[in-house]
Amino acid sequence: MGDGRLVIDEVSKRYGDVVALDAMSFDVRAGELFGFVGSNGAGKTTTMRIVLGVLAADAGEVRYDGAPLDLAMRRRIGYMPEERGLYPRMKVAEQLGYLAQLHGFGPAAARRAVQSWTERLGVAERRDDEVQKLSLGNQQRVQLAAALVHDPAVLVLDEPFSGLDPVAVDVMSEVLRERRAAGVPVVFSSHQLDLVERLCDRVGIVRAGRMVACGPVEELRDGGRGLLVVDVPQAGADWADGLDGVRVRGREGTAALLELADGVDDQAVLRAALATGPVREFRHRRPSLAELFRNVVSAVDPPPAAAATPGASVPAPAAPPESTVTPTGGTS
Amino acid sequence: MTQETDAAMAQPTPDATPAVPATADGVTVEPARADGVTADGVTADMADGDPRAGADTGVGGSGDARRILTLVARREITVRLRSRAFQVTTVLFVLAIAATTLILDAVGGSSSTRTVAVTAADGRQAASIVAAARSLDTDVRIRTVTDAAAGRAAVLDGDADALVRVTAAGGGYQVTVKEDLPDSLASVLTVAARQAALEGQISALGGDPAMVGRAVATAGVDVDALHPRAHRDGTRLLLGLLSGGLIYIALLTFGPQVAQGVIEEKSSRVVELLLAVVRPWQLMAGKVVGIGVVALGQLLLIGVVGVGLGLGTGELDLPAGIAVGKVASALLWFLVGFSMYALLFAAAGALVSRQEDAAGVTTPMIAAILIPYVVGISVLPASPDSSLVLIMAMIPLFAPVLMPMLIGIGSVAVWQVLVAFGLTLALIAVLVWLTGRVYGNAVKRSGTRVSIRDALRAT
Repeated sequence: MGDGRLVIDEVSKRYGDVVALDAMSFDVRAGELFGFVGSNGAGKTTTMRIVLGVLAADAGEVRYDGAPLDLAMRRRIGYMPEERGLYPRMKVAEQLGYLAQLHGFGPAAARRAVQSWTERLGVAERRDDEVQKLSLGNQQRVQLAAALVHDPAVLVLDEPFSGLDPVAVDVMSEVLRERRAAGVPVVFSSHQLDLVERLCDRVGIVRAGRMVACGPVEELRDGGRGLLVVDVPQAGADWADGLDGVRVRGREGTAALLELADGVDDQAVLRAALATGPVREFRHRRPSLAELFRNVVSAVDPPPAAAATPGASVPAPAAPPESTVTPTGGTS
Repeated sequence: MTQETDAAMAQPTPDATPAVPATADGVTVEPARADGVTADGVTADMADGDPRAGADTGVGGSGDARRILTLVARREITVRLRSRAFQVTTVLFVLAIAATTLILDAVGGSSSTRTVAVTAADGRQAASIVAAARSLDTDVRIRTVTDAAAGRAAVLDGDADALVRVTAAGGGYQVTVKEDLPDSLASVLTVAARQAALEGQISALGGDPAMVGRAVATAGVDVDALHPRAHRDGTRLLLGLLSGGLIYIALLTFGPQVAQGVIEEKSSRVVELLLAVVRPWQLMAGKVVGIGVVALGQLLLIGVVGVGLGLGTGELDLPAGIAVGKVASALLWFLVGFSMYALLFAAAGALVSRQEDAAGVTTPMIAAILIPYVVGISVLPASPDSSLVLIMAMIPLFAPVLMPMLIGIGSVAVWQVLVAFGLTLALIAVLVWLTGRVYGNAVKRSGTRVSIRDALRAT
């Protein structure tokens, strides 16, 4: 209560027979940047639309600061929809002023906010141009201004980085960090995983309408099943093929990248490697966010072996208490 | 009766078609001026400390709902007033109405009043000519000239239509004209000459011409009609058809604008941003109110200019109170009709996501506006009492176009107007619920066209 957290609690949504969200749960704390990742159609946009009340949930609840979100509270959310939307024939300043007033600002305060945000986001000189006359990148900046112009207490941004040039990405990142510093819970979705990894305090990976991994990036990487890097220069390329419970996932120069099934002793692998020749390198590598993500996504279409072993392709159950890890079954 | 109507509907009306494209263009034209910010001025500035206006009124309260509604409506008004097409059509309408009245006045005014020159010596005749003119309902002005030569000069100059002198015999007039004597003036002068001759004879017989005159004047024909026809004349018919016609044009102009506005918000996806803070009914109502205010303002301007000039020039041959009353009732009918159709257009617009699909959903409403207009202007000039038109006028969908026509003509009873009005209001009440539901459910769905059944069912 009163902790300024945005809580998505067991939210479900279905369209006919299609389950869009299946008890989706996560929270975004005050002053936290939360990255929301998942493949297309996983339910990120549906979740955000439900947070904004544009879509009604079949079950579950969204709370802010301990209370269920209502229209009055939703006015204090800054929202950037996945499908960008502004009046094409309205001038930038008028449009932003209008939106600020709809969000509860008085005319004078709205004007001031429009002034400062258009300057901050580098579209000040386009204030009197119609939105449709702006380049896509500038429209994107105006869209971000629309999300920020009413000094929101919560930010919900759907793919804010898509279509931005590197300079705009920097501006956007800086604005998000600044909002975080102001104590605003910020949640955004993105497919640019390196950006998410760099920016976010915590990440949630969503698959088929469920949150399958959620926690600080470092902890997810620590808990995730990494690869074993073994460099045996004199061995044949297929030296590891015959090992039980070992899959070759790729090569890096002369080194083999090995994935070990549960319960496989890495020392046995080392012994097998030494048997073929001198071992130059032998180390565990933590998975990157992109690899974690790929593992999760590939679980959508689980091979029979993986299906038999629950949690085979998700971060290991030994995740720290900070993060929630949901084992994925073979359901899709 | 039915045959007559079929024939009337089959024949296209010349002025119905051009009105549609000319005004339909208006919607897509963008604001042309660079000045002005919507935020300016209307709502009082909030205290600097708290930028949120809603903090005082309590967000979600009725005061806040009104504030949101005002904001949405004001945006609509601003956008429409800035539209070049709206400005052009308004100016054209006002000019057309003014020009029509002034041209009628210029053409009709010169021929209706005749000037008769009378020499000072024949001054006595002036009174008889004026009296005769009054009895024949003709306007005649008397111009007294010093002598016959001056009179002839006035006729040649066009200052007088005729010079009248009493012939020496005393039994008739000698009339001098430039080309020929207008029929109306010939009748007046004949009556006056006969009257003068009669008075001469009465005096000769020792009677009092004035007494006889009075006796003759009071004798008349008193008609007792068993089924009296209401007084009809061209002016009333014109007023009725113009009222109905303008309402028809306004409905066809501004109704589809509501649908296009809704589709614009859907196709540009801005509706997603708006619905996070505005309830669907507020967005819908604000749009209807805003466009309605603009439309009513335009009609009011046209009405004031038309009636004002008509009464001023005397071309609108009605007591001012009645003329104003008829125009006011026409405006009221427009308001009701616009509310009804705007709701339908808004719900229809919410069903589709692209402007290209607009025609598919708005056609039924456009037909419902077109039909009464075509029937009205085809049937009413020939048979203002047509019971078919009266029956159609009682149907809420047709009433806003047909009732003002009938009210203008004067061929409808007050109770019939009230019943039609009540029925229309009842339909609007149903539509508020029905279209609100369709709009609220459909406006969030983008992509393919939403079926009405789905929109009604979804919660």
